[in-house]
Amino acid sequence: MNVAVITFPGSNCDQDCVRSVELASGSARYVWHREVSLGDSDAVIVPGGFAHGDYLRPGAIARFSPIMDAVIDFGRGGGLVIGICNGFQVLCEAGLLPGALLRNRSLRFQSHDCFMRVERADTPYTGDYRVGQVIGMPLSHADGNYYADPDTLAALEAEGRVVFRYCDADGTVTQEANPNGSLNSIAGIANAQGNVLGMMPHPDRAIEAVLGSMDGLPLFTSLVGALARAEVA
Amino acid sequence: MSRFTVEVLVTPRPGLLDPQGKAIHHALSSLGYDAVDDVRVGKAIYLEVSATTSQAAAERVEEMCRKLLANPVTEDFRVTAAATGAGS
Repeated sequence: MNVAVITFPGSNCDQDCVRSVELASGSARYVWHREVSLGDSDAVIVPGGFAHGDYLRPGAIARFSPIMDAVIDFGRGGGLVIGICNGFQVLCEAGLLPGALLRNRSLRFQSHDCFMRVERADTPYTGDYRVGQVIGMPLSHADGNYYADPDTLAALEAEGRVVFRYCDADGTVTQEANPNGSLNSIAGIANAQGNVLGMMPHPDRAIEAVLGSMDGLPLFTSLVGALARAEVA
Repeated sequence: MSRFTVEVLVTPRPGLLDPQGKAIHHALSSLGYDAVDDVRVGKAIYLEVSATTSQAAAERVEEMCRKLLANPVTEDFRVTAAATGAGS
């Protein structure tokens, strides 16, 4: 079992992601963006940061890094891929997830804790959560305002592909609890097959008590568990 | 082959929330410019391109727009090519 964590120039959460997988009793390794193969990886995490300086648009240049052809093939072939924060932006630019992340409604870089409601607990990433569970973790981004055209948005909702939604401490979805203006308070989505997940908040920064929250750890234990079951099967 | 200066204007799709445009509109209003009905903010990208004709230069850059320079989900683009040094 081996999770590839992609490092772009400007990634700054790759170490957090490797540690998250290790705390979830999995193994992970760094894959530099100029590599062209994922080797024998069983899952891929595209971490947060500012890949290639976020120049042009966040993720626009990273999407053409040499490793991305392998990541796109892996994701299209059903491999488990998670994009966190900047990683979510990269996966949208790469076409593995629909829509785009626009500038925050506030025009400010938002860096604070947020609450999310777990909408799906039957994905490889959320099996260790409960539907309706309210989880808290940090977010840290300037461009997290999820946008998709009306047809795409309707499909995401109809197919149950919204995995996390911003909410208040009680689990109620309100505009006040929406930190960036995302349509339908979307914090995280999956692709149609359910093997690719993108989310703006940082589960990788909520994995140990010393960080103030451990609500992100179940995401990684879910992933490691799903991979372990796949190995046995 | 000639050199062409190609201007690319990338703008947010109509109807898309443009918080930068809104903030600038608000600032203009508070300066007393009441005649401004709407403000939208995009970006301009200038490329120096070698091509046989200005049309060939523009077509090449339109391809670059579809691939990289603009996000088809959220942005429109407009390409104008002129011989380098031909002014404006």
